[in-house]
Amino acid sequence: MIAIIDYDMGNLRSLENALDRLGATYCVTDDPAVIRAADKVILPGVGHAGLAMDNLVQRGLTELIPSLRQPVLGICVGMQVLCRDSEEAPGKPCLGVFDAHVRLFSPAPGCKVPHMGWNDLGNMEGKLLKDLDKNPYVYFVHSYYAGLCPDTVATCRYANVMFSAALRYENFYGTQFHPEKSGSVGEKILQNFLAL
Amino acid sequence: MLAKRIIPCLDVKDGRVVKGIHFVGLQEVGDAVELGRRYAQEGADELVYLDISATLEGRNTFAELVSRVAGAVNIPFTVGGGISSLDDASRLLDAGADKITVNSAAIARPELISEIASKYGRQFVVVAIDAKSCPDGRWMATTHGGSRPSDKELFSWAKEAEERGAGEILFTSMDHDGTRNGYPCPVYAALSDALGIPVIASGGAGSVQDIAEVLTQGKADAALAASIFHYGQYTVGEVKRQLSGMGIPVRL
Repeated sequence: MIAIIDYDMGNLRSLENALDRLGATYCVTDDPAVIRAADKVILPGVGHAGLAMDNLVQRGLTELIPSLRQPVLGICVGMQVLCRDSEEAPGKPCLGVFDAHVRLFSPAPGCKVPHMGWNDLGNMEGKLLKDLDKNPYVYFVHSYYAGLCPDTVATCRYANVMFSAALRYENFYGTQFHPEKSGSVGEKILQNFLAL
Repeated sequence: MLAKRIIPCLDVKDGRVVKGIHFVGLQEVGDAVELGRRYAQEGADELVYLDISATLEGRNTFAELVSRVAGAVNIPFTVGGGISSLDDASRLLDAGADKITVNSAAIARPELISEIASKYGRQFVVVAIDAKSCPDGRWMATTHGGSRPSDKELFSWAKEAEERGAGEILFTSMDHDGTRNGYPCPVYAALSDALGIPVIASGGAGSVQDIAEVLTQGKADAALAASIFHYGQYTVGEVKRQLSGMGIPVRL
């Protein structure tokens, strides 16, 4: 059973539909006991990282999540809150699993914010991103990004910034892009996560 | 590199796609879910479903359709047509839409943009603007499918929409829509330069060259097209391969 953490950060429908298409069984929950007992955990998230941290604090999940030992996948803001801190949540520490700082893209000519649409991955490493074509395109929608760090397992370039498109530390994985909306490439990445 | 997006648009009435869409080997013309899946397989980057139903029953059917599309399609999709309240937007989000588009209702009550964006985020709100050029050279937004004038000038309205929380602007030139004679590229370029959010070009494509021009000279981030695909002139994959051959970054 996969636990999708429900902490009121956006619609989970896309993710549920994607897991349904893969035939995976899951539950949507904020119950610490259910999360702890799950085979795998997904931390989704669309919206504001500061609010995301507040919602995790409210539900008493900020100590539980970094202590999990099963595979955990953070998606978009779910990945960002697994980082050390975020410019979107000034003065608030994030969960600190990934050793990355999350920053805002600076709007510039040719760099519209949010970074929205299909962009290609580079420097892919590890099991989550295995068996993909070279430089596959995936779907991004975000204004903040995690810089490159020792946990980076895929990179992406937008305007003049090279950022972490995916992160991994021990049993924790994160994607800045939305695998649930990234066509057949995204399906393969979700399958890889299910197979961990 | 961020790819330029190619977005087929499907007009839906009472749950069925109404424009004649041609796919080789596909007999079930009109099945909106199957067509969407087909476009996605061919390489469409997103889909837009526009509800053109005139009745309440038609609108309810549309929400059910959105939910079936969300179950079947693995790329982002936008829905629009007659969205005039936060409740309308919420219903479509709950059904699984990734984005909604607002048009006439936002011109009548611009706060609608901020209401939806503050609840669901800027990425959820596409503001569609149908504009016509005037004898004095200005472009003025119209409402109700181009049939009614408004007092909103294209550039100031697009800027206002961005400030109110729009995540993208979908601009259709009513002078070019349906002509298949190409897009007004200088207007698109000026609009794209004036905004910090993506601009989607719509209406007027008669050839891949037209699409290429609006994505390069016109600086558009994406192109929405209907008839070029519906009439079977090109598949989405063919358009993208040709664009790629011209050096335009697309997802193949």
